[in-house]
Amino acid sequence: MKCDVCENEATVFLTQIINGQMTTVNLCETCSKAKGVTEETGFGLAEAFLSPSHRTESDTMEIACDACGFTASQLKKIGRMGCPECYAAFRDGLDGLLRNMHKGTRHVGKRPSHLSAVAPQILPRQRASALKEAPAPAPVPTPPVPPPDLAKLRAELDLAVKEERYEDAAKLKAEIENFQPKASK
Amino acid sequence: MMRFATLIKNPADWMKGAGPHSDVVMTSRVRLARNLRGYPFPGFSQERQRIELLERARPVVEELPEMRDGYSEDYTELSKIRKQVLVERHLVSREHAARSSGCAVVVDRKQSISIMINEEDHFRIQGIRPGLNLTSAFEVVDRVDTELEGMLPYAFDPKLGYLTACPTNLGTGMRASVMLHLPALVLTEQINPVIKAIGKIGLAVRGLYGEGTEALGNLFQISNQHTLGEAEPEIIAQIEKVIEGVVRSEVTARAKLKEDHQTMLQDQIGRAFAILRYAHILTSKEALNLLSMLRLGADLDLVGNCDRSLIDMLLLEIQPAHLQLNAARELSPEERDSMRADLTRTRLQSIDGPGSFPTSQSNNGGTTSPTHDE
Repeated sequence: MKCDVCENEATVFLTQIINGQMTTVNLCETCSKAKGVTEETGFGLAEAFLSPSHRTESDTMEIACDACGFTASQLKKIGRMGCPECYAAFRDGLDGLLRNMHKGTRHVGKRPSHLSAVAPQILPRQRASALKEAPAPAPVPTPPVPPPDLAKLRAELDLAVKEERYEDAAKLKAEIENFQPKASK
Repeated sequence: MMRFATLIKNPADWMKGAGPHSDVVMTSRVRLARNLRGYPFPGFSQERQRIELLERARPVVEELPEMRDGYSEDYTELSKIRKQVLVERHLVSREHAARSSGCAVVVDRKQSISIMINEEDHFRIQGIRPGLNLTSAFEVVDRVDTELEGMLPYAFDPKLGYLTACPTNLGTGMRASVMLHLPALVLTEQINPVIKAIGKIGLAVRGLYGEGTEALGNLFQISNQHTLGEAEPEIIAQIEKVIEGVVRSEVTARAKLKEDHQTMLQDQIGRAFAILRYAHILTSKEALNLLSMLRLGADLDLVGNCDRSLIDMLLLEIQPAHLQLNAARELSPEERDSMRADLTRTRLQSIDGPGSFPTSQSNNGGTTSPTHDE
């Protein structure tokens, strides 16, 4: 995939909801740095790039939480999430938002010691175990949760971009695009 | 379970108890926001979902060792006045009191722990202690939280911490707040720079009833704003350190007032006592501000035979819902102002009043005589 600004291979993919419409921006590494994408200044970032020609695929789609149906525009309007699973669904841009709100973006306080309380689906599994997190209760049978596939993919994509694994990112993006028409309905 | 009347009849231990720095720090409160996995947050759920969660969680909460034999009430069973009384006692939030179906509150016998079900989050667990004692308030809610966590599936994420309806509570879900009485900093006009300095280090300063309320009665609430990226003990240590600084400034300002502006101070306290002791119409605002001066007088030994806890109880009892509960009916604002004055006149009978005049005559007009400072 080509960068929307120059002709290089795009490695950073920015997806945002603006006025209820999903917009995607594809950028190469140089352009993303030039435009400050990696600095995650917040939700309004895509506007910096958007000319009408960039409004490509899936014009009327909106990201919604698979678990409760809460939409990105509702989030924007009330500033609160619909359910705990929303944090995975609306992961994009969350770090930037949290950075403005808090001392950090990573929880360092109390952790439930009871295994039943841990819902590990928001972080991709390999990362949760790679980090020195509280001993991840891996063998616990996860209680039935709505399939977090799309949310998980998005989280993985986010992570891949952050860790500059651009090939993985491209693959994940393709997977997400396959998914989206179904998930958005 | 305990009845509402029993709950209200007995003052909470934080109302009569004296804690560290209780001349300046009225109370320390810590609340934790917690949610269950698999349910939408209360603000985005349907009534039947809230009721389902309530029916599942309430028995569990009531059975906690700390909450046993406490007070537990479904909001559909609670009148507007009773809910407001709970707000005035800081046992529930204004936001929670405004809700009804699917909501409940559980309070322990000592009124030092309250658990709101289906507030903005599924649970708001609050601990309240007298004086500056956030650590002790935290220990209480921490214990309750750990017990609950073993029985209910909390929504927790390793990176983001406890997942809350509002991202501003994410992480620890903890809000630690302290209620301060700062009359001397207000009188000496040092309060604004103090508030500004506190705001700069990431703490919030609010009035008596939280967000957007006026600092009536020289009462200020200071609390943390950040909940993610710092552990609970760090947050608490930081606030306690800041509060100790504010307490020192207030104490210094009080000493300075007494030293340099004794006449002005005695005049203010004397006027406050005189109005509270003899007025027949008192608005809420006027009463709070006058009681604040009287509390300052008591703390500086300028009012004879006046126990601080008597004033602190009055600060609660003169509030609108407490008056209406006492009268057992709804009152118009005019009726409340007159009943409020009746109450303060009666309660202040036992006080000798501000000094600088011959003592011993406490029950006649002599107490209003002007102060002499020569």
